[in-house]
Amino acid sequence: MSTEPAYRMPGQGGGESSLRIVWIYPDLLSTYGDRGNMLILERRARLRGMPVECIEVRSDQRLPVSADIYLLGGGEDGPQALGAQRLIADGGLRRAAEQGSVVFAVCAGYQLLGGSFFAKGTKCAGLDLLDLHSDRGPSRAVGELAGAIDPRLGLPPLSGFENHGGRTHLGPGVSALARVSTGIGNDGSTEGAWRGKLLGTYSHGPALARNPALADLLLRWATGWQQLPPLDDTWADRLRAERSAALAAVRQ
Amino acid sequence: MPLRAKVASSVSRTAAALSRAAGRGDGSVIGGWIGLKIDPDLLAHLASGRAIALVSGTNGKTTTTRLTAAAVGVLGQVATNSFGANMPTGHTSALAKAGSTPYAVLEVDEHYLAQVLEATEPRVVALLNLSRDQLDRAKEVAMMAQLWRAALVRHPSVRVVANADDPMVVWAATPPATRSPQLAPMAVTWFSAGQRWHDDSWVCPECGAPIERMADQWWCTGCWLRRPEPQWVVEDDGVVDPAGDWHKVVLQLPGRVNLGNAATALAVAAEFGVRPTDAVSRLGGVASVAGRYAQVVKDGRTIRLLLAKNPASWLEAFDMAEEAPTLLSINARDPDGLDTSWLFDVDFAPLRGRQVLITGDRAYDLAVRLDVNGVPFQHVRTFTEAITGVPPGRLEVIANYTAFQDIRAELDRVN
Ligand SMILES: [Zn+2]
Repeated sequence: MSTEPAYRMPGQGGGESSLRIVWIYPDLLSTYGDRGNMLILERRARLRGMPVECIEVRSDQRLPVSADIYLLGGGEDGPQALGAQRLIADGGLRRAAEQGSVVFAVCAGYQLLGGSFFAKGTKCAGLDLLDLHSDRGPSRAVGELAGAIDPRLGLPPLSGFENHGGRTHLGPGVSALARVSTGIGNDGSTEGAWRGKLLGTYSHGPALARNPALADLLLRWATGWQQLPPLDDTWADRLRAERSAALAAVRQ
Repeated sequence: MPLRAKVASSVSRTAAALSRAAGRGDGSVIGGWIGLKIDPDLLAHLASGRAIALVSGTNGKTTTTRLTAAAVGVLGQVATNSFGANMPTGHTSALAKAGSTPYAVLEVDEHYLAQVLEATEPRVVALLNLSRDQLDRAKEVAMMAQLWRAALVRHPSVRVVANADDPMVVWAATPPATRSPQLAPMAVTWFSAGQRWHDDSWVCPECGAPIERMADQWWCTGCWLRRPEPQWVVEDDGVVDPAGDWHKVVLQLPGRVNLGNAATALAVAAEFGVRPTDAVSRLGGVASVAGRYAQVVKDGRTIRLLLAKNPASWLEAFDMAEEAPTLLSINARDPDGLDTSWLFDVDFAPLRGRQVLITGDRAYDLAVRLDVNGVPFQHVRTFTEAITGVPPGRLEVIANYTAFQDIRAELDRVN
């Protein structure tokens, strides 16, 4: 990036009273505009007057365990396998999750929260934070991804774009994030998974750009607030409407 | 040329003419496609006897090809694929159309470099950069670098002119340490064209360790990979050659990016024996490249078109654009890639303080991005609405591929 520093080091600004957002391994897991999820959470928190501290933790650094929200992005096979190894060795994400931190993971990052996944034809161990495992599908899933979100989460439908070769099988310990109406998601019928304050999705890149209500859910989980002051989401609403009209036109 | 190749070449020319006459594009692809059907070796036949330079990379290859062709033109006739048809069919068309020329400078799609190296046996290959592009179908950056490297190892006699500022390019141009003894080390000339985009080279392609950067320098923290000392360097508004002489470069093309492209062109031309002093004035003759940088005056607005296809080229476009009202247009049709996630890989902050207008099929994706970025903007439905929405004077237009073509068509302007 030309003007935003590539990596902000822990301990810069913020403090105990601010919302701490950690972006895990942007040097490995940042293939599809993943920075967007951090920027969107930061902005939506600041607009509500919350002080925010964003921390980018490179894969050769220790993960802080006391942050409020952890973000995992997408990545290619090699970086995904390497990222999983380093996260397992670090141990920090497991501890943070056990302490009740929010974890939001996308695509490759979502897969590595499960028990196992495939990268470059090899089965790799995941972090085993979510009861799911991933293998290879018959074809790459590339295109729009949409569907109704688990009603218990109280969110409008998921709108996104997916690009992955994996298929994910959910165990009894997790719930699907959504029922697929367009696209593949986990397996053509369900998409994503969640348990407690851990949530993963194949809606890759900045999933929160097209799903501001999902961003607010993560912020509510992190702060414990039941409700957040509403924001002007004119442009996100128009984007969602335009995408949903485009999908309807294809279905005709 | 064998008879079969002769026939194929002449059919290729005829088909291109027919395609043009029928109003189906400029004929640069269709002719080559028919020619290759008749003789798959046609490209090799057409290439033989010419001294050839190939120019490849994610960004800047069309412009650098055009500047290089201008520079090599000092020596004689140069065949080139000036319409950006950069796959083997386009090369076949370009060479067939040009007839016999002593030189050729060909832009090559990075995915086809190995194949075109094989077919054309070039004298020089210029490697500009590698970064993410068209995420829903392009090869991974590290994999592209690996393919380049493997191809170059098979052609050790080719002169390589490569960008010292891009770790992926340097790695691709540096043969493996444990290469077989019968392979001579590759000859590499390094240039420094700068690199604004770093987000595809934080991890070393050789060993996986982090790459550190300080000022112009970069180095791997785990192995031998580091920035080589460049022989061609941009300095102020000119280029320093390997002898240390500085040459003033006056271009009609904007931005420091194009000064870097000019340095590359001079370095490639030098491999053919062209002295930079003889070539610089020719670089200034290039006014627009396939419609890019073209300026059009309409309703008192001086409109300039800049193409930006991927995050790295957006950063370059911000560098080229003047502080003036700016229209951004985004589509996500097939040639653009269907995924707009990359908008969040671009920091639009340099546009703060300018009047920003947005349009295109996917203007709302851009709207959300600019909103998050804190860049005020105004949405317009059409290009005409944009023109009337800005005061008389300069209007910069930055658009991705099909959005750019749409606006070009609207301006009714052909290269
Ligand atoms: Zn290394």
